[in-house]
Amino acid sequence: MSLAGAGPATGEKISEPWVQLLTPAGVRVPEPHYDSWLEDIDGGRLQGLYRDMVVVRRIDVEATALQRQGELALWPPLLGQEAAQIGSGRALAPDDFVFPSYRETGVAYCRGVEYADLVKVWRGNAPSSWDPYRLNMAPMQIIIGAQALHATGYAMATKFDGAETATMTYFGDGATSQGDLNEAMVFAASFQAPVLFFCQNNQWAISEPVRVQAQRAIADRPPGFGIPSVRVDGNDVLACLAVTREALDRVRTGAGPYFIEAVTYRMGPHTTADDPTRYRDPNELEDWRTRDPIDRLAAYLKSEGLFDDGFQAQVRTAADDAAAGLRAACTGLSDPSDLELFDNVYSTPHAVLERQKQHYARYLAGFEAAEGGQR
Amino acid sequence: MTTMTFGQAINAGLRKALDRDPKVLLIGEDIGTLGGVFRITDGLQKDFGAHRVVDSPLAESGILGTAVGMCFRGYRPVCEIQFDGFVYPAFDQIVSQVAKLHYRSRGRVKMPITVRVPFGGGFGGAEHHSESPEAYFLHTAGLRAVTPSNPQDAFLMVQQAIACDDPVMFFEPKRRYHLKGEVDLEADLSAAAPLDQARIERPGSDATLVAYGPLVPTALAAADAAADEGISLEVIDLRSLSPLDFGTVADSVRRTGRLVITHEASQTGGLGAELAAGITERCFYYLEHAPVRVTGFDIPYPSARMEQHHVPDLDRILDGVDRVLDRPNSLSGLED
Repeated sequence: MSLAGAGPATGEKISEPWVQLLTPAGVRVPEPHYDSWLEDIDGGRLQGLYRDMVVVRRIDVEATALQRQGELALWPPLLGQEAAQIGSGRALAPDDFVFPSYRETGVAYCRGVEYADLVKVWRGNAPSSWDPYRLNMAPMQIIIGAQALHATGYAMATKFDGAETATMTYFGDGATSQGDLNEAMVFAASFQAPVLFFCQNNQWAISEPVRVQAQRAIADRPPGFGIPSVRVDGNDVLACLAVTREALDRVRTGAGPYFIEAVTYRMGPHTTADDPTRYRDPNELEDWRTRDPIDRLAAYLKSEGLFDDGFQAQVRTAADDAAAGLRAACTGLSDPSDLELFDNVYSTPHAVLERQKQHYARYLAGFEAAEGGQR
Repeated sequence: MTTMTFGQAINAGLRKALDRDPKVLLIGEDIGTLGGVFRITDGLQKDFGAHRVVDSPLAESGILGTAVGMCFRGYRPVCEIQFDGFVYPAFDQIVSQVAKLHYRSRGRVKMPITVRVPFGGGFGGAEHHSESPEAYFLHTAGLRAVTPSNPQDAFLMVQQAIACDDPVMFFEPKRRYHLKGEVDLEADLSAAAPLDQARIERPGSDATLVAYGPLVPTALAAADAAADEGISLEVIDLRSLSPLDFGTVADSVRRTGRLVITHEASQTGGLGAELAAGITERCFYYLEHAPVRVTGFDIPYPSARMEQHHVPDLDRILDGVDRVLDRPNSLSGLED
């Protein structure tokens, strides 16, 4: 639980201990309380976490490439946040429900998302992709912090239903400044809603460092709302897994809401449309590279004799297959039909919109008739 | 038939909805023990429990945002916004989430939220307590908006709004809460007029006068007064503000050739503008005069001792009627 030398270079003061089970050098730090939440994590499962992170990073890199090649309009990379997302995502039970932001590729991967559904929105084919009720995960949320209220309301409803499930919401450090997140914490505390707030403090809200959002550790804030919190090394997949497992267990068993701040780093741009060289010291990025979540687990696996050539080749193949699968799914998406434009605005007939649709269909039909005439 | 006030009729409608469907839930500020600042939810928490009638923290975005989450879980939340001017903190959740989630989720997640908003002035309220914000919501795809003008409609329409799978902004003309009327408490919901239909409240032949919510009684009184002068006004209660029932209004205007629309809300970008444009598009060759709007001015809602100038009353409506009939009126001789 030592923090020596781990303070982010953004000037944020880390005043509290955090949970760290794996040092940046890959040395396992015993911590009896949280270790008890990892008793089932044997060599195979450790390798599984590594494979997850490598595959998700490969998916992320491939999606960035697809954007550069003009196949996607935009992509929000998760580069650097793999441990926070895989550690927490693998802690979730199938019945738990997730309300994500737009950067939770790793969490969606843990929920079993299909490749096409990772890119459909960013290719511009649809306003959302996966079926929320198949993944138990809401469509991605672009309004910063809005989903925290949705998660809290969902959690209140599970409580009304007497269901023993947890609701989890993901957001970033920027969202902690939003009214919606603060209102969500008030509602969650007042109704003791079974909701877990998971903040990925990746140090940057586009160009604004976290010190613009918070003068104390973000994890210091929830206790003022009556919500217990914990700060975790977000680049340590074991710590993220253990902390989230414990938190979800508390939430599911009636202890009320809980808040996790995962301290991590957005190694890439905010999105492919962003240029972090305009606002970020390159030394900072280099500093965080030494704390890379994947390298750190690799070092640990190596020390445990779990990182032989065969395993590495297997992981490489899995990553290459995922990249190929993503690319094929992306380029294979068929364009939506013209009049889908009007679908699902309402779930019951709406005369004014029907009329607009009919008029536009006639307009389009005019082109078809003209083209037909030329033939 | 039972004689009851407008407010009691909404209360009775909410009670029916809570009885009918265990997934219906009310959430808002002061709606539980107090029964709402207007007592519209009086007694409901006592009878249905604190999990069905939820006193929320004082956070309107929180009310709407948590309601969205409840919809993901199959609930039908009825959110009470205490006063019209308090709806804006919830505006983002209403416009960006409530209105769009059915579309965003490609029909997989329904948002059957009813947002009850007491609206309008004319009762000496403080700032933010007398506004008519409906136009903001008409501009937002994905929302429906309705307003009843009498107790019977209030009783039925609140139940229809709750039963509707789309989100409905339910505007309640608060200065009419004490208006009494006959209500058939056994009325069959499936036999009620559809929620998106306007109603001809009084047939007439010389001009069509369109009103909604709090100004429907005023419009009917204006029609009485006009009749004394031999002018026959057809009064239409829009009931639905989104979608607008252009069919009913256009049918009327094709008969009368003249349209007056009145509302308390400011004029620019308001419902009168949309109705005038839509009717002109549909009925241009039937119109004998440009549509006339009699509305609140483009000012913040004024202080109580000035509000009588802002809220259209019987005389201002009749002045508009004179204008549309080319009779001498306050603007006679004015070029623009």
